[in-house]
Amino acid sequence: MTLGLGREALDALRRDRTAVVCLVVLGLLVLATLAGPALLDYREDEIDWSHMAAAPFEAPGHWLGTDRLGRDLLVRTLHGLRISLAIALAATLVSLVIGVAWGALAGFRRGRTDAWMMRFVDVLYSLPQVFFVIILTVVFGRGSFTILVAIGAFGWLTMARIVRGQALALREREFIDAAIVGGAGTARILARHVVPNLLGPVIVYATLTLPQVILVESFLSFLGIGIQEPLASLGNLVADGAAELETAPWMLAVPAACLMLVVFCFNFLGDSLRDALDPRDR
Amino acid sequence: MSALLEIRALTVDFLAPRVVRAVDGVDLALGPRERLAIVGESGSGKTQLLLACTGLLAANGRATGSVRFEGRELLGPGDAAAPARGRGIGFVFQDAGGSLTPHRRIGDQLIEVAMAARGMPKRQACDESLAMLGRVRLPDPGSTMNAYPHELSGGMRQRAAIALALAARPRLLFADEPTSALDVTVQAEVMALLDALCRDFGMALLLVTHDLGVVAALAGRIAVMYAGRIVEEGDTDELLANPAHPYTAGLLASVLSLSALEDGELATIPGAPPRAGETIQGCRFEPRCPRRRERCRVEGPRLEAGGTSRVACHYPLDAGRSP
Repeated sequence: MTLGLGREALDALRRDRTAVVCLVVLGLLVLATLAGPALLDYREDEIDWSHMAAAPFEAPGHWLGTDRLGRDLLVRTLHGLRISLAIALAATLVSLVIGVAWGALAGFRRGRTDAWMMRFVDVLYSLPQVFFVIILTVVFGRGSFTILVAIGAFGWLTMARIVRGQALALREREFIDAAIVGGAGTARILARHVVPNLLGPVIVYATLTLPQVILVESFLSFLGIGIQEPLASLGNLVADGAAELETAPWMLAVPAACLMLVVFCFNFLGDSLRDALDPRDR
Repeated sequence: MSALLEIRALTVDFLAPRVVRAVDGVDLALGPRERLAIVGESGSGKTQLLLACTGLLAANGRATGSVRFEGRELLGPGDAAAPARGRGIGFVFQDAGGSLTPHRRIGDQLIEVAMAARGMPKRQACDESLAMLGRVRLPDPGSTMNAYPHELSGGMRQRAAIALALAARPRLLFADEPTSALDVTVQAEVMALLDALCRDFGMALLLVTHDLGVVAALAGRIAVMYAGRIVEEGDTDELLANPAHPYTAGLLASVLSLSALEDGELATIPGAPPRAGETIQGCRFEPRCPRRRERCRVEGPRLEAGGTSRVACHYPLDAGRSP
């Protein structure tokens, strides 16, 4: 993509009020996860013995209440958001880079190259992910790195398939032939003529990947092979909160609201970004 | 005369799912600066001929025979045609808008080709592209550079597509029905433009069309294709004045003219071309031919040379020209 297109896309994005609001909200959330825990009075694994399962604003200093062990919910949620966001962004990036490159090359080359590349994807698809993650935890131990590898290794497969389908369709368009006759090599055609034209579906799918990754992480954490206590992730906070739904509903409400906010923002942002990148919609 | 492009026994098959032969043993030669038009109905294989020469056949297409461009063989394993693209052979496609990448500015696309094919620095490529847009007579080259394809009209897009095909300054230009998507007034302009560009750049032209009116103005020689084979080839003036093959004569008779419209009767060639993949023992045109005889059904005519022209017919129209 050329710089000019990038600048125009940015302009279009700036004019889009929804996109600006989402960007601001996401920016504030990121800032809060980075600066918040340091500014607040409690650490994420610090137990306040005198205020266990306190409701929001019930105990001094615990604005959003505490969990069953008396840990401050706001601090834990911010910590959880930080880890979840980091994993989600990293996994989405992996999916974007590997998935798009893999799918675009397979779809463009067609024939035998395509067949081999996509069979490789099929093989990875058919591996049970949870089983793979368990093996990884044996090798690397539990923790965010293992989660990242586990999600990254599988996250790009669907992206590769989507992109490959799009690239196959694009391959039949005349501008690809025109570029070939113009003397362009495979790399240049992919970068200049194929990938820019499939950014729409790629971005939409990437914004779907982000929340999905957060959910997969929470699922793995729920199984006990994800982010481990006392570290918090949105996933294990929601899992904890769900268990206390009847006695302390805020334990679910706070991380769940945070998760929803993030997912909404990314979805809206993705939608606006797709429009901004398409010159016909500007 | 050493040929710029020399096609020998070119055959194009598609495996879909049974073998379909789109081009069947075509011989053609084109000298430097020469302009040859291939005329035929849709489905006669003329487009596939061009695609085979540039290595752009669909994945299930197989080309056999020989295509030499400046002595270099373009058919072969891998991407043998790659060296001929860019500075060698340019291609103007039928659907003008389709050969421009929708998400990028016209200027960026032109500059990219000029830089890659001719090794120009960006500044010079930019000036060159601007000049090229002026050469294809786009009214406002400066603003066209910054336009996206969808912002241009069909005629302007076709001009931009021609500029794109010429950005590498090819020595031979393939034009695949470059005007069939345009309305009649724009068609004439684009044809005049191609004519001028070929002359100015010293470019040879291989034009594919079904419009004989277009051909008369532009090409020095005509090859008529029917069902994958060349049935007649000759100098434009002579072929249009004295067609030897009944099919050529039929094509000429079916060209629309005002007098024909006043007669209230449109001339057509009865019947339809053989379906792709059909095996035919005799002449392919025999079922539709007004001059068919028994021999036509059993024996396929070969393309025989006579003077400057060639014709594939047992009983050609003009006896004086027949071999």
